[in-house]
Order: sequence, then C-alpha cells, then structure tokens
Amino acid sequence: MTVETTLALTEQDVRSYSANVEEAAWMADFRASALAKAEVLAMPKPDKTKITNWNFTEFPSHTVESSIYATLSELPTEAIELIDEEHQQNIYVQHNNTPAFTSLSAELQAQGVILTDIFTATREHSELVQKYLMTDGVKVNEHKLTALHAAMINGGVFIYVPKNVVIEDPLQVLFIHDNEKASLFNHVLIVAEANSSVTYVENYLSTMEHAEGQANIVSEVFAMDNAKVVYGAVDVLAEGLTTYVNRRGITGPHARIEWALGLMNDGNTISENITHLVGNGSSSDMKTVVVGRGNQKQNFTSEIVHWGLDTDAFILKHGVMKESSSAIFNGIGRIAKGATRSNAVQESRILMLSERGRGDANPILLIDEDDVTAGHAASVGRVDPLQMYYLMSRGISKEEAERLIIHGFLAPVVSKLPIEGVRKQLTEVIERKVR
Amino acid sequence: MATLEIKDLHVQIEGKEILKGVTLTINTNEVHAIMGPNGTGKSTLASAIMGHPKYEVTSGSITIDGEDVLAMEVDERAKAGLFLAMQYPSEITGVTNADFLRSGVNARREEGDEISLMKFIRELDSKMDFLEMDEDMATRYLNEGFSGGEKKRNEILQLMMLKPKFAVLDEIDSGLDIDALKVVSKGINEMRGEGFGCLMITHYQRLLNYIEPDQVHIIMQGRIVKSGGAELASKLEEQGYDWIKDELGIEDETVGAEA
Repeated sequence: MTVETTLALTEQDVRSYSANVEEAAWMADFRASALAKAEVLAMPKPDKTKITNWNFTEFPSHTVESSIYATLSELPTEAIELIDEEHQQNIYVQHNNTPAFTSLSAELQAQGVILTDIFTATREHSELVQKYLMTDGVKVNEHKLTALHAAMINGGVFIYVPKNVVIEDPLQVLFIHDNEKASLFNHVLIVAEANSSVTYVENYLSTMEHAEGQANIVSEVFAMDNAKVVYGAVDVLAEGLTTYVNRRGITGPHARIEWALGLMNDGNTISENITHLVGNGSSSDMKTVVVGRGNQKQNFTSEIVHWGLDTDAFILKHGVMKESSSAIFNGIGRIAKGATRSNAVQESRILMLSERGRGDANPILLIDEDDVTAGHAASVGRVDPLQMYYLMSRGISKEEAERLIIHGFLAPVVSKLPIEGVRKQLTEVIERKVR
Repeated sequence: MATLEIKDLHVQIEGKEILKGVTLTINTNEVHAIMGPNGTGKSTLASAIMGHPKYEVTSGSITIDGEDVLAMEVDERAKAGLFLAMQYPSEITGVTNADFLRSGVNARREEGDEISLMKFIRELDSKMDFLEMDEDMATRYLNEGFSGGEKKRNEILQLMMLKPKFAVLDEIDSGLDIDALKVVSKGINEMRGEGFGCLMITHYQRLLNYIEPDQVHIIMQGRIVKSGGAELASKLEEQGYDWIKDELGIEDETVGAEA
C-alpha cells in the first residue's frame, strides 16, 4: 500500500452518500473537497512506527445497514453491562454505522443541551456544527487520514452544553461494532460553552473476534471560558480492524479538559491525543492505559501544547505489553513562547510481560519559554521480583500476584473512569487481555 | 505442636557466603530472639527462611514438621505456615491494602470457600482497631507513602490476619518510637499461644522488654555463637557484646571476618 493508492470512493460516491443520510447540504461540498485533499496529502508519520504497509485506505464497504434499538434492553449483553439501564437517561447508541438509539432527559433538553447523531446535528444545528467541524480542532488538511476521515464520516455524535449549564450525570455513548465488514469513520464533536460542565463517556465495542474494516475516528472537544469537560473512553475494537484515532481538545481561559482513555484494541492502532491549552489559566489532565498482545503494533501520542499563560498539564500513561506486541509511547509537553508560568509534567511507564515484545517510552519536552516548570519520568521494565516476593510471602500464588501488580499498575486510569459499568468492563477487558 | 527446624544452614548472596552453618529449632508456643550486631547475618537468616530470590541456600535444611521448606516456592512456604514481617516491605501502587490482605486470606482457603466480604471487613476493622491504625490504611495502596511506623504496624496487621504457625520478625522494632513499639508488641503478644511460634530478629534489647523471649540466641560471623534464656538479653543490655567476643576469642564479629 502506498500513498498513491486510488481511494475506494469517488466524489460522486461521497455526494450521494451525503444525500442518502439527509445531512445538511453543505456537507456534500465539505466531503467532496476533503476527498480531493485526501488524494494528494501524505500519510501521517507517527514517530518510530512504520505504517506504510498498514491498510488505511481500502475497506470492504463504506457503510453497512444495521438495525435500530427500540429500547436499551435490545442491546447485546456486553453492551447492556456497560449501562445503568434504569437510570441512564442520556445516551446515544450507534449500531455499526446506524444511529440506533438516542435519549436525552427532558430536563437537559429544556436547558438547551444537545445530544444527537452527527447527521441530524448537521441539519438541525447546522451553524454550530459548521463552525466547529474540523475547523479549529482537527483540521481537514493535516494529512491524508484526517482528510479521508472528513470525506468519509459515517457516524458519530454531537454534544452541546450551553453557557452555565452543569450536567451532573455522565452522558454516555456506545459504538457497537458487530458487523465484520463495517468500517467506522465516527466523528465526535463536543462543545461546552462558558462556565458549563459535562462528563462524557464513550465505548467502542466489537462483539466479534475478528473484523476486516478500519476505524478512522476523530473527536474534537471545545471547552470554552471556565468550562470543564471530562472525557472517558474505552476502546475495545477487534483484531483485524486497523485503527487511527485522533482525540483533540481546545481550552478557553480557565477551562479544563480531563481525559481517561482505556485503549484496549486488539488490532494495529495509531492513537493521537492532543490538547491545546489556548486560554490563560487553562489545564488538562491526560490519563491513558494500554494493553498490547499478540503481534499487535501500536503507537500512542499524548501531547499537551501550552499557548496560554499559567497553563497546567499532566500526562500519565501506563501500558502492559505481552507476547510479541509492540508499543511506542510518545509523551510530548510543548510550551510555546509567551506561555509563561506554565507547568508541563508527564509520566510514561511500560510493563513488559514477555521477552519478545517491544516497548518504547519517549518523553519529549519542547520548551520555548523561560519562566516555566516541567518534568518527566519514563520507564520500561519487568514485574519487580521483590514485589512478587512480598506478595507471594503472604501465600498469594505467582499468577495472582502478577495479576494484582498489573491491575495496580493500570489502576490510576481505570479508577478515573466516571461510570461504574465502564470501569468494571475495563477491568474485565484488562483481565482477559493479560491472562 | 508444630516444629520449625533449621539445620546447618549455609546461605550465600551473589557468591558471598553469609550464613555458615546455623542450627535452630523452634516449636509453636515458643518465642525466640536472635540478636547480634550489624552485619552478622541476622536478616539473611530471615530472608533464607522465606525464600527471598537473591539468597541462595548452598547446604543445610529447613523443615516444618519434617516437610522440606527449601523445596517450596515462596507462596507454598506461606501456606505451610511461615510468615516474615519484612524489614523493608515493598510498596505496590494500585493495590489496596484491603484487597491485598483478602487475597492473602483467601489463598489459604479452598476455591469456593473464600471469606465473605462482610466477615473479612469485620475482622480487618477489629485488628486495625487493636493496632490503633487509621481506618484509611485499609483503602490506601499497599505501603505506598506509609511512614516507617505505619509499615511496621501493617506487617503486624498482616500477621494477625493471616495467623501463621511461625512468624519471623525482621527488625520489627527498627525506626519505631516507644508508642509504636508498644502497639507492635501488643500485636505480637496477642498472637502468642499454643499454635504460634516466633523468631524475632533485633539488635536492641529494647524490644525484649515488651515481648519476653523463651530463648535468646547470639549470632556472629554467620553462626549462632551463644544461646540462653531471657537473662542473656539482659546481660547484653548491661554489658554489650564485647564480653561474648572475648569469651569466644572473636575480634571482628561481622560475616567477612574469621575467628
């Protein structure tokens, strides 16, 4: 596969798709223009991972038709376990590429909160979506994959929280993937206006072992003046699905974005999570856990860019690699000139469970300003034999001791996920993957 | 009654021999103290009994009621009834003290017969109360950020929860202030009785004011050089170790030196 590969869809295809899903008329031009860019732009070059042979451009079909769910009780069992069926009033469920269930409480609707699938959003909230969709966050022309994403968007959700609205309970989104021919070009757009607060939790859930398509996912989060967004995600996509996932945040003055990401895909994955601290006094906390197994190749970039004064960032990334899996961890703290009194701290740790795996933790600090503080810690290591000795000296078996240490190692992120069912699921996925 | 028997034990670490033939028999319902200056092999004995990965037993034997301890993995030794209160317990992030203890308790029980959560919590609460430990110690990560005194109390908490046949206490008194020492001693005294034997390793006689030993052994140059009753410890308190060295013709008591 090379850069020049002919794309699977033509301009006519994306225009007719746009008409089919009945999105806003401007989307057809948006897609067509992005497609033209995708044809000429180069692939991204993730540090230390060669992706020239990865298949990001061909897939069995751009879109598949799936059933909708009349009630949440119709969801697959694995998905039901993630939700509090009785109490979760604010939820969007997508079945492969089909918006399958949406619910938003009357109370939040009355406050002007929006939770809707991306197609409906372009129609009903056209101005808002057009203003934010791949303009100031992730740009269409960053590289081939962002352009391709823009042209191909076939799912996703739009969330809007008006000024001063504080949402206590998490909004939940489930992306259910049960068709092995399906590809996911989901776009998540979250706009939190001044002084608002929202917690968003999404799950990518493949219910089959093996899939053929690809995922090219973009999330954009805008936290305006003094707003707070907590973004939790657990990705569990099947082996065989090649994934590019780009989650990005932009902060206004004194805004805060917290990320808690459990990246548990079984296929090759490029994950990029960047927050731009634009507003003075804004902050971000970025926590990620990863488990790699089999022959999986993964690359994870966590970056926080300081533009505003007095901005504060903390990146924490823990990964467990078993068998022949390999993972590159790039932690980047970048402080632009003028971002005085900023603080950029990061910690990356990889626990290797096998001799054959590969783990690289690369802490990078790029600082263009004098009056700042920064720090980093990185390590790649094996399970500490003295910790094992201590646990086993209490009668705990070797397997159980190792299990405790691994769960403990990943706990700083798992414990941050705001929904109990999702926390439990992540713990179970970790259990399954490291066993 | 159970018996822990150590016979002519030789132990080396990284190729250097530290213990040069230690022989010792401890029965349940007995408390033994091993005393000696620094560098004489006391802690090595403790680590070798439990099976520390860095310590290699080159000859000799350790048995519990005839069962070969040296053939057992570390967890099997614990299940056979051994416990070591460590001088430097590991810190383990992300694993709460309570989860750790419950795993330890359940490791001694059959699958399907795990302790009920309520029963476990009740027992944990009462033991923590007895040891005057803060409630939050149960939910904090194992030893992480614990003060020296908190770690020692936590070792004794584990001892009380796991109820071994034989406990080896490796310098359980080091770094403790007098109040903490009293609490730790109270925990150990609570365990004393028919089903429990104890080997305390210390270089201060102070601990023995709170836990009276049945037997005292002096270790020098990697061997037990003298044994006696509680009065031996008192004599050390008054006169130090020099009289023993004189008596035995030892100039340098540490392991590297030869008599």
